[in-house]
Amino acid sequence: MEVASLPAALELVAGGGAGLSPEKRAVLGASLLLLQRDYRFERVWFWGCIQGVRGAYYIAEGLGPDRAAPRSRLYSLNCVEWSFLPPATEEMVAQAEQLKGRFQGDPSFEYEHIEINAEDAERLFEDGKEPTIKEEARLVATIEQIDRAVGIIPRGAFLKTPLGSVHENRNFEGLSLMEAKKLSSYFHFTEPFNLKNKTLLEKADLDPSTDFLDSLEHDIPQGSWTVQLEKGDTVVVLRSLLWLGLMFYHVPMTKQYGYIYFGTGEKNFDLPFML
Amino acid sequence: MMVKMEKGETPLPNVMETAFYFEQAGIGLSKDESYHIFLALKKLVSVQPIQTCRFWGKILGLEMNYIIAEVQYHEGEEEEETEEEEVIEEGGKRRGDVEDEDEETEKEDEPPKSTYKPPPVIPKEENGTGANKYVYFVCNEPGKPWVKLPPVTPAQIVCARKIKKFFTGRLDAPVVSFPPFPGNEANYLRAQIARISAGTHISPIGFYQFAEEEGDEEEEGGGGRDTYEENPDFQPLSVVEMVDSLSTWVHHVQNILKQGRCVWLNPFQKSEEEEEDEEEEKEEEPDELQQEIGPPLLTPLSEDEGIQNIPAWTAQPSTNLIPQYAVAILQSNRWPGAYAFASGRKFDNIYFGWGHKYSPENHSPALPPPVQAEYPSGPEITETRDPTLEEELAFKAAKEEALAAAEEEDDEEDVEDDEEEDDD
Repeated sequence: MEVASLPAALELVAGGGAGLSPEKRAVLGASLLLLQRDYRFERVWFWGCIQGVRGAYYIAEGLGPDRAAPRSRLYSLNCVEWSFLPPATEEMVAQAEQLKGRFQGDPSFEYEHIEINAEDAERLFEDGKEPTIKEEARLVATIEQIDRAVGIIPRGAFLKTPLGSVHENRNFEGLSLMEAKKLSSYFHFTEPFNLKNKTLLEKADLDPSTDFLDSLEHDIPQGSWTVQLEKGDTVVVLRSLLWLGLMFYHVPMTKQYGYIYFGTGEKNFDLPFML
Repeated sequence: MMVKMEKGETPLPNVMETAFYFEQAGIGLSKDESYHIFLALKKLVSVQPIQTCRFWGKILGLEMNYIIAEVQYHEGEEEEETEEEEVIEEGGKRRGDVEDEDEETEKEDEPPKSTYKPPPVIPKEENGTGANKYVYFVCNEPGKPWVKLPPVTPAQIVCARKIKKFFTGRLDAPVVSFPPFPGNEANYLRAQIARISAGTHISPIGFYQFAEEEGDEEEEGGGGRDTYEENPDFQPLSVVEMVDSLSTWVHHVQNILKQGRCVWLNPFQKSEEEEEDEEEEKEEEPDELQQEIGPPLLTPLSEDEGIQNIPAWTAQPSTNLIPQYAVAILQSNRWPGAYAFASGRKFDNIYFGWGHKYSPENHSPALPPPVQAEYPSGPEITETRDPTLEEELAFKAAKEEALAAAEEEDDEEDVEDDEEEDDD
């Protein structure tokens, strides 16, 4: 969520019980602005907080002129000093997917005993290294997975120009209450998978400038999002059940929206049993 | 936070004060919501005869969430819920009548009766003791009416340990699971609340002490003490000490045994009165159950087992920048969402989460039990292969040969006998 609207936004997502202490809010308000100035990001989003066993990671994302480009991610242990995270590679994501258990809270912690395929094992052993993965890499991979899987925006908030770049829609006035209750009004803010599988009839109804992403309607398994109206129907809060701790809020008929993650950074593999 | 009755007249907890301390760690609801809950608790206290009341926490659900209040009634003012039991009894009687009629008409062609005896039902604990020490009220949103949750039975706790389901937000929703949960969502919610309370309600050491009573250790069953009282001589430890070592915190809720109760009960035991008379008789039951022992009340957290290499609790001060006014915060790693704070003489526990225990392994549901053997197998029932035609003919030929051989012997014997007779 945006830096400027952080206090108000935190109030709106506080229904989940997780939030930031006044100290952290004060620190973030200052340090995120400094990040924006120092690294010349156009937008800085406070992504959220991953709880480790011994400490927590605070994550921020910086966006450039094309909002759909890969984002720069930074992490901090105390919200004062931020370090860049390396961009996520497929290999990192694949390795991190096999790791189970909590984050430790120490970025240099090394995980061992990852099970990898025989081919990968041969490849790695040729290099002479043992299969270990650092917590930093796991952090990167987890953030990438969460963004890809459950990072969402309301429909119409972003526009795609004919040249391919994506930026905010200045005419977006917010979803109406009826639209806000439907899952089809929210999109995954990542490369679309299902868009090209739609039939031509469906594609004809789409507006290529706003409907260039996958909607939440066809997420597997069905019911992996809870939609709740809070504060007397003035805020719609979506919570992901696949990544417990991801909360998206939107105030209908206004431009306020955003998502934040407060959790342990573990995927909820038991979801089909729990529904 | 426990409010002493001497201080003020009201059992209403100071929700805003507790929320302030938790906010120092970033835990808690928005101020608006906390205040709404404050007012809702005020209404609850004015309606029900309540001695102590506490905001237990919030459990998130799919359609709606639950706001939970933990309450203790004044002694003697509790309404006993006998409605549910009466309904079950009537249903049982009706079924019994129908069965009798069927038996009378089909006396001759009865199928064999099953010799299956279900394991004995372990009775739930009395209201006011063990897992049912507190009464819980829930509402979906502050402002909606408070609904009382039914007391929890051991069977429900045992089953709740095996399943993992999201709460929908409707108390009457069925819980579809395997093993089948004995109850609806209200019972499942109550069971999870009992488990969370037993696992994560902690207090600084020395705040509670055991009431001094004589003859405490001679209680039946050797069970631990289950009552405690506030210690008037409590000296609070500094925040640094509270955070550094886990032995400065203790559990003040009784641990729930595997059986589903806090105090172990042998289901095969006869009632207490009979036991006193027949103390010398040995119990010759086929299944001798071992008495289950759990950690006694007021055990420090350092005895808590971690999960794999993760300690059971994470302790942190709320701020490193201003240590003089920091608050000690504990987060549970076994029940993510359970928090506790301590600052001077004040402490409290709270829960914000989905209501499930943490397990690093994926949840694997219980497998269905193996198919029961209907009868013991033996040579009489075991099927053998039918003999083939050749085998039958060969057997027949062999039999005829044997018969012919036997006749010849008899003939020879007769002839010999005749010859002998002739000789005479």
